[in-house]
Amino acid sequence: MSVATDPAARPRKPSRARVVLGELLRRPRAAFGLIIIALMVFAAVFAPWIMPQDPFAQSFDGLDLMGAPLPPGGDYLLGTDLLGRDLASRLILGTRTSLIIGVVANGIAVLLGAGVGITAGYFGGWTAAILMRFTDLMMAFPALLLAIVLAAIFQPSLMIVALVIAMVNWVQMSRVIYTETRSLAEREFIQVQRAIGSGPIRILFKHLLPHLLSSIIVFGTLGISTTVLLEATLSYLGVGVQPPMPSWGNIIFENQTYFSTAPWLVFFPGLLIVLLALGFNLVGDALRDILDPTLKGRH
Amino acid sequence: MWGYLLRRLFESALILLGITFVTFILLYLVPADPARQIAGRSATAETVANIRDQLGLNDPLFVQYWRYLAGLFQGDMGRSYLQRAEVASLIMARLPASLMLMVTAIVTELIIGLTIGVVAALRRNKPADHSLMIFSFVAISAPQFVIGILLLYVFAVQLGWFPIGGYGTWAHFVLPSVTLGLLGAGWYSRMMRSSMIEVLNQDLVRTARAKGLSKLRIVTRHVMPNAILPIIAMIGIDIGLFMSGIVVVESVFGWPGIGQLAWQAIQRVDIPVIMGVTMVSATAIVLGNLLADLVAPLIDPRIKTK
Repeated sequence: MSVATDPAARPRKPSRARVVLGELLRRPRAAFGLIIIALMVFAAVFAPWIMPQDPFAQSFDGLDLMGAPLPPGGDYLLGTDLLGRDLASRLILGTRTSLIIGVVANGIAVLLGAGVGITAGYFGGWTAAILMRFTDLMMAFPALLLAIVLAAIFQPSLMIVALVIAMVNWVQMSRVIYTETRSLAEREFIQVQRAIGSGPIRILFKHLLPHLLSSIIVFGTLGISTTVLLEATLSYLGVGVQPPMPSWGNIIFENQTYFSTAPWLVFFPGLLIVLLALGFNLVGDALRDILDPTLKGRH
Repeated sequence: MWGYLLRRLFESALILLGITFVTFILLYLVPADPARQIAGRSATAETVANIRDQLGLNDPLFVQYWRYLAGLFQGDMGRSYLQRAEVASLIMARLPASLMLMVTAIVTELIIGLTIGVVAALRRNKPADHSLMIFSFVAISAPQFVIGILLLYVFAVQLGWFPIGGYGTWAHFVLPSVTLGLLGAGWYSRMMRSSMIEVLNQDLVRTARAKGLSKLRIVTRHVMPNAILPIIAMIGIDIGLFMSGIVVVESVFGWPGIGQLAWQAIQRVDIPVIMGVTMVSATAIVLGNLLADLVAPLIDPRIKTK
């Protein structure tokens, strides 16, 4: 039970991450997921350079003589939307929206969920009773309804949408972490730390957090997928990301009245939403197999 | 068992009480003024003030909350601000459509999910297994509005097999049920697969094989009944998923249920209706979770009711 000093801990850390990455790449499904995520991140970061057209420009060339949107092909790779804007460019910029919300909203949800779970699990007693009753209450809330009401109350901006999603999504993480922390807190190595008078902060960061990291990573990854889907749904209902800022959900929202004559306006954004959520689900699922030794050999 | 049931019922009631409180405060914070909505654009400030007074909107938050709670205990959920009707009767008129949709969705997800799970487990690590599992990953990664719109495009607009929307005959049920049930089908197929594999590795299968039973008989009589049990316990929890799903699915398909009612009420800030649907949904979720917790120990006696 020696406390690892920094120089000793250093060389192990990157090798552990590399081992996990290697394991991921060896599994075809997880590797496919990683490729999707990598491509999306690339598109989001380099959006201004790879967008073929201005995503906000409403050009007359973008509509046919009847004023209808153009199908894929020709000057516009994936066609145009109802306002004659280039769909491909809007989708690429929409990648940014999805990933920013995915990372920010899920980041907040992870911090909040893990924080509540650890606090309740470590201190137990009244703290746990109050926090976990509150979690139960949030579990019984119809999540989408709550998100819509919250989004309608506050004027939806990118930050507000992220916060609303975080408020809905932290619950599951907090329950998982609570259960794990509670069983860890009973274990001898934590009891020893308590007995020798280590403060809660020290126990938390030095001894509890390393054991909880696997679950946080797994549920954090799966949570991004939930977040991406919720953002798309809110934007589709018109209470999420607001036009003209493109999001895959609001592209479908803006164009759905035309879906029978211009199905590409629903098909391409829909495909991207599914792919991004699929990428994080595949990687998260593989991470669970790799990081959770109790599940090994069951599949 | 009875003590456990009583305690859980008490907890559920407390949770519902908490939900009335949280929802009430959230809706109190809505910046839109319901009185102005009711009065219309051309109303004078005086008219608006009168309506505010009539609705009791000038009273302090806790007075309003207490009045709502007192009404709720007598089965009174208030009146809609915009439709000339009691909230309770608006909900009751639309509840059957939503419940029917949920029942058909549960049937759909069980049929699709269990079939895929069984086939995948029996063809474990073969190409069929891999492609079925990819399908279930896609099913849990696809937002319901995308599934719904695509199904509408292919099967209603292009092929014309099903109506484009609305409610009435059995044909109206097919596309909305699949849309609502696909997510659960994805989860169930993965659970059923690992549950089957677990049972297949148990001694009872070896014994059955030693007795000389046919493979079909072993799978249908011995493995499947054991593998299905843990999944049955999950159905209660689905109700929570459905309560979120119906808002989207009903708006895509123009389904006259409480999801559509909620969505219309949110757009028009009809607070009593939003409140009412939230309470009905939350009650359904709490009852569903309670059901799941009560069924689990019956199915697996190792789970104790403390």
